[in-house]
Amino acid sequence: MASQVKRADIIFAPYSEYPYKILGEALKKSPDDIIDALIKSGLRGRGGAGFPTGLKWKFAKKAQGDEKYVVCNADEGEPGTFKDRDILVKVPRKMLSGMGICAHVTGATKGFIYLRAEYDYLKDALQKEIDFFHQHCEKYGLDFHVEIKSGAGAYVVGEETALLNSAEGKRGEPRNKPPFPVTEGFLNKPTVVNNVETFVNAMMVCRIGAEEFAKYGMRGQKGSKLFSIAGDTPKPGVYELELGLTVEELVNEFGDGNTKAVQVGGVSGFCVPSAKFKEKTIGFPGKDDVNYIPTGGSIMLFNHTRSMYHVLENYLEFFEEESCGQCTPCRVGTQQLLKGIKAIKKGKKDPAYLDTLYKLAETMKITSKCGLGQSVANSFCSIVDEFKEEIIY
Amino acid sequence: MPDTTKLIENLVEKYGKKRESLLPILKGIIEEERYLSEDRMLEVAKALDISGAEVYGTASFYSFLDLKPRGKHIIRVCKTIVCDMKGKNEVLKTIKDCLGINVGETTSDGTFTLLQTNCIGQCDHAPAMLIDGEVYNELNAEKVRNIIKEYKLNRQN
Repeated sequence: MASQVKRADIIFAPYSEYPYKILGEALKKSPDDIIDALIKSGLRGRGGAGFPTGLKWKFAKKAQGDEKYVVCNADEGEPGTFKDRDILVKVPRKMLSGMGICAHVTGATKGFIYLRAEYDYLKDALQKEIDFFHQHCEKYGLDFHVEIKSGAGAYVVGEETALLNSAEGKRGEPRNKPPFPVTEGFLNKPTVVNNVETFVNAMMVCRIGAEEFAKYGMRGQKGSKLFSIAGDTPKPGVYELELGLTVEELVNEFGDGNTKAVQVGGVSGFCVPSAKFKEKTIGFPGKDDVNYIPTGGSIMLFNHTRSMYHVLENYLEFFEEESCGQCTPCRVGTQQLLKGIKAIKKGKKDPAYLDTLYKLAETMKITSKCGLGQSVANSFCSIVDEFKEEIIY
Repeated sequence: MPDTTKLIENLVEKYGKKRESLLPILKGIIEEERYLSEDRMLEVAKALDISGAEVYGTASFYSFLDLKPRGKHIIRVCKTIVCDMKGKNEVLKTIKDCLGINVGETTSDGTFTLLQTNCIGQCDHAPAMLIDGEVYNELNAEKVRNIIKEYKLNRQN
């Protein structure tokens, strides 16, 4: 029998206790104990970048500031991702508990949820949950106030420093790093920015303990992860699976029997062709480990009826529109890549021009200011490597 | 429609005069007027005591802050890869046929504007679209026709 994915049920498992019980208990623990537990659990940021959560909170705790902020990044814009939407609808209390615990650990008194404009329809229900959360903060003596800040339609704002600029009422352009948000974040105050799912996981580490949490995961990866499965699959949806599964295991479970390629990590991630399903593992890479592919949760399956040229063109149209235009490699690079593959397809450019575009993508990776421009090469190069003929002819 | 100067006064009062209030204020204007005219942006700049260029620079960054006049209902059809694979073109064609407009245009009675947008996080229920922020998913031609009909009939005011 083919190897299988391992399901987990941490995130959406129903509460067996009264609301905000875990928050109340966590507030009695010392911040250092909570940080130690988070570090021990191996929890890494669930937005895609994978920074160790315990360390981030530790840095923010240490940072000097009269005011500190806890920010929940609900600007879920990566194509193929919709798991935060389900958390916001189904288990917002777990997320808010995580934010409350973070406030306790870091000493923050204010927080906000940056909610993407596309999710404006979730705002009223979420505000009610926040009001309910505030009642419990008051009950537990936690001086912490959360509000919703609404986005206005911009993919790049999912990048944490761009998000902070946007929350300050500015253009959502990424900042130079360092300084990192943990020392100079919102309004230049120490700020923790975590993904929606990360806050839920931090709360669950407090609930089930670091050892139990770290039991989840295969092939050296820690914890479970929500995956947004879409595309050519008979069962699209949000699934919680143990990290460290291979693409093959994923395809066995969710493919339609005709899977040609899987895009792991959204348009900013990598395209894995069927020949490499076995060797590619989903999780955070160690040093120089090319066989691990991280993801914020986006998994898109393509079957043999799909043209990979069309897929790549769609991606590049996305990048071209969403590039913030601040740095030249990304602004001009995204335009030229799109123009270039169209010209090759129409025969206006020689197929060898694809090599020039490839080099351009690689240049963007090392010269762009933020993750958007740097990651265009991920999908561009991985699709061109495997499906060159489809792109040219 | 409320008096526009009053509208901005109310928004400034609600969100405050801080720079962070700029986006909520602009979104508040969009809610009432569907777009940001040059006059409105200048009024906001004056109210927050920042330059008009700052307001325009910020507003023009975001795709949901329209700078052109829009219809009462703004339809945004998702065009990113999964919705594209699952029938976005049929959705678009049906809307174009129903309303007699192309992408980027507004019906002559000013009721509908048709736009495309990037991933709206509904890939598991693709194809999908937003109308004034409300989500409609698992669309097909018939469903789209019914939705448009419903808007024409029941949401005139």
